[in-house]
Amino acid sequence: MDNDYVLSMEGISKQFPGVRALSNVQLRARKGTVHALMGENGAGKSTLMKCLIGIYAPDSGTITFKGEKLNITNTHYALSKGISMIHQELSPIPQMTVAENIYLGREPLAWNGLVDMVKMNRMTTELLERLQIKIKPSAKMCDLSIANVQLAEIAKAVSYNSDLIVMDEPTSAITEAEVEGLFNIIRSLKAQGCVIIYISHKMDEIFKITDEVTVFRDGQYVSTDPTAELTDGKLIEKMVGRTLTDMFHKETTDMGSVFLDVQNLSGKGFRKVSFQVKRGEILGLAGLMGAGRTELMEGVFGVTRTHGGTIKVNGKEVTIKSPADAIRNGMALLTEDRKLTGLYLNASVRENMFIANINRYMLGPFIHFGKIAKDCEKMRGLMRIKTPSLMEIIKNLSGGNQQKVLISRWLLTEPDLLILDEPTRGIDVGAKSEIYRLMTEFVRSGKAIIMISSELPEVLGMSDRIMVMHTGDKTGELSRAEATQEKILQMATGMSLTA
Amino acid sequence: MANPAVTANRVGTGQQGAQMLSSIFSKYGIFLIFIVMVVAASILSPAFLSPINLINIVRQMSVVGLIALGVTGVIVSAGIDLSSGSVVGLTAVVAASLAQSPDASAPFYPGVHVPLIVALLAACVVGALVGLINGSLVAKTRIPPFIATLGTFTAIRGVALLYTGGRPISDLTDAYDFIGQGAVFGVPVPIIILVIMAVITHILYAHTKFGKYIYAIGGNEQAARVSGIDAAKYKMLIYVYAGFLAGLAGVVVSSRIGSGQPGLGVGYELDAIAAAVIGGTSLSAGGIGTVAGTIVGALIIGVLNNILDLMNVSAYWQQIIKGCIIVAAVILDQLKQRGRK
Repeated sequence: MDNDYVLSMEGISKQFPGVRALSNVQLRARKGTVHALMGENGAGKSTLMKCLIGIYAPDSGTITFKGEKLNITNTHYALSKGISMIHQELSPIPQMTVAENIYLGREPLAWNGLVDMVKMNRMTTELLERLQIKIKPSAKMCDLSIANVQLAEIAKAVSYNSDLIVMDEPTSAITEAEVEGLFNIIRSLKAQGCVIIYISHKMDEIFKITDEVTVFRDGQYVSTDPTAELTDGKLIEKMVGRTLTDMFHKETTDMGSVFLDVQNLSGKGFRKVSFQVKRGEILGLAGLMGAGRTELMEGVFGVTRTHGGTIKVNGKEVTIKSPADAIRNGMALLTEDRKLTGLYLNASVRENMFIANINRYMLGPFIHFGKIAKDCEKMRGLMRIKTPSLMEIIKNLSGGNQQKVLISRWLLTEPDLLILDEPTRGIDVGAKSEIYRLMTEFVRSGKAIIMISSELPEVLGMSDRIMVMHTGDKTGELSRAEATQEKILQMATGMSLTA
Repeated sequence: MANPAVTANRVGTGQQGAQMLSSIFSKYGIFLIFIVMVVAASILSPAFLSPINLINIVRQMSVVGLIALGVTGVIVSAGIDLSSGSVVGLTAVVAASLAQSPDASAPFYPGVHVPLIVALLAACVVGALVGLINGSLVAKTRIPPFIATLGTFTAIRGVALLYTGGRPISDLTDAYDFIGQGAVFGVPVPIIILVIMAVITHILYAHTKFGKYIYAIGGNEQAARVSGIDAAKYKMLIYVYAGFLAGLAGVVVSSRIGSGQPGLGVGYELDAIAAAVIGGTSLSAGGIGTVAGTIVGALIIGVLNNILDLMNVSAYWQQIIKGCIIVAAVILDQLKQRGRK
């Protein structure tokens, strides 16, 4: 029966300083199947795949591929053996064209030894046409939308004609229709006998496209089952090791007075948007990529310049020209991209927590570290942050825990309005449900939340009211009772509601 | 509610127009600035457009131009090379020591007479070797390029002084002097060398695998690695190439003044970096920069110096103005970067 498996990774362990990322795990995948690798963030999925593609060297264990025992020490070798990967962190070279990115490292050469750009562009055109991806081969990566960058990365992984393709969160940035396109590609690769290792947090995708599911938890192997024998609940249970009764801890709270009142605000990426948030309310902000949701919130928070319109806080008109103004008015913004705009990766958990709030901890010219330690310790308990100590460098924490540290940072400023931009992107189910619990507790104390989210179940599950945007315009608003996935999508795609 | 599709469309074309303008400017802006400068210069001083003056400008920038070609590649790979001025000093004395005429009053190697080509090759090889040291330090020990080349910048000047005992090496052969002082059909040889090397370097950077990988490594080294590129190897090679060009520049300088002096080339590394940066090579983000841009950058510095000379502006002011232009070029680059976000 072992011959069934094209890939078998056995007894793989990998230790990082301070963290045991993988301990004695296994992964076996059959020819011509899509094999899902599931687990919470920090479960070790990406680490195992990085061992497979040659970015990390495992401390122990064996990798057998197509009956051959491989000692994969670099990516070049993995590619030459027919293993390619779509990386979770999109990895384009921004200044180079789509064609140059796709054929990077294996450029076709002309008779004179120079790179044959014409041939490369032609090959790219053929590849993209075959995959039905509409991108110009000569477009520069930095000019593409995130969705198109992801599609280009998919095309690149496929172009190696590999026997095994690892897809690590391949759909994090693309639209529903494009996901369907990807699934068609996957089906045809499957038919050619290719193995796909599929990593995703999106349950519906797992059930739609995969044949078998292997689950990891905390760096350890849990199980492998045919997808058909699993359910949502069973899978989550395996991943978190406990049953999650209610994902969204939603309680309706008593609405208070209007906290934030924005009228006719315009700025880069949004036009004449008006909305209100009441105390005790969670306002969901839905829309597709490029709808201008992040831009709107950055405008409100003073990150970018706005023009026209008014912003009232607690009924009083205010001028917000910088984030400092917004913070003074009781707002806090948790940005979409943790690494880019949120975290000080090389600083400790503690520093990351109090950095936005240092003025509260001053004793004359000195920083009152004792008080900081006390407050941070309190937050650590409240947020259930998993870290060896508050002095741990934050980049060693899992994504979910990093997010909790960021939320702690803003909670320490005791804001009245918390703006959360994709608060649960890329974090695991367990951490997600804890963040939902915290959101509920926050609004129960008479404070408000604006949540930008691209995950409709989250928007529907957590919001009291939902505002929808499309290419910079507000296209509608729905109460919790009247909101459905269909209505939100209709508004998000710019169709006005007929019903 | 206004029809969102229509609104989006109108805004779309407006944005496209603005985008096209800004993309034209970010692509050709430096060339436009250069043309404006030339026009302004020719109005300010009638002597500017005379063939002798123009040839002078190019000849004066040819040495820094040669160095800048290599430095551009290094900066594109997200590195920096501070050692090139010191390499000019060392290679100038190495080449001169092998190119003395038989009747030299103070022969460096008495009785040794090698063909011209050996002197040239020796300089280029020594330059490339310094580049190999730089590249190895950067690629293997992973210390920041600034520190690595700051080290060689200092040490190599010492090697040059040690080699000659601090003395100049004079009485070079006529053939050697021809490189810096001669002309073919009225075109000075340094210009011919610069043009040839610029064309070769352009092909190398824009049309070979090596060039593509330098841009890839500078743009996103991790991505280059996962595409199977041996980043360390190519990083090393670009420093070697930059060292080779600095070596060639050492030959041109020493032959132009007819003497190899260990103090030659002081400050050239900064002029070369300035030329690259004015020409659009980005110090803040790797993977950006072109040979054409760098040549124009060097020409801009040359034209500026020249016109200020013609207008009798003091050398002190020239430095101040040059400094301002470098900063302005970087600000322009930052604005372009921001525009992309």
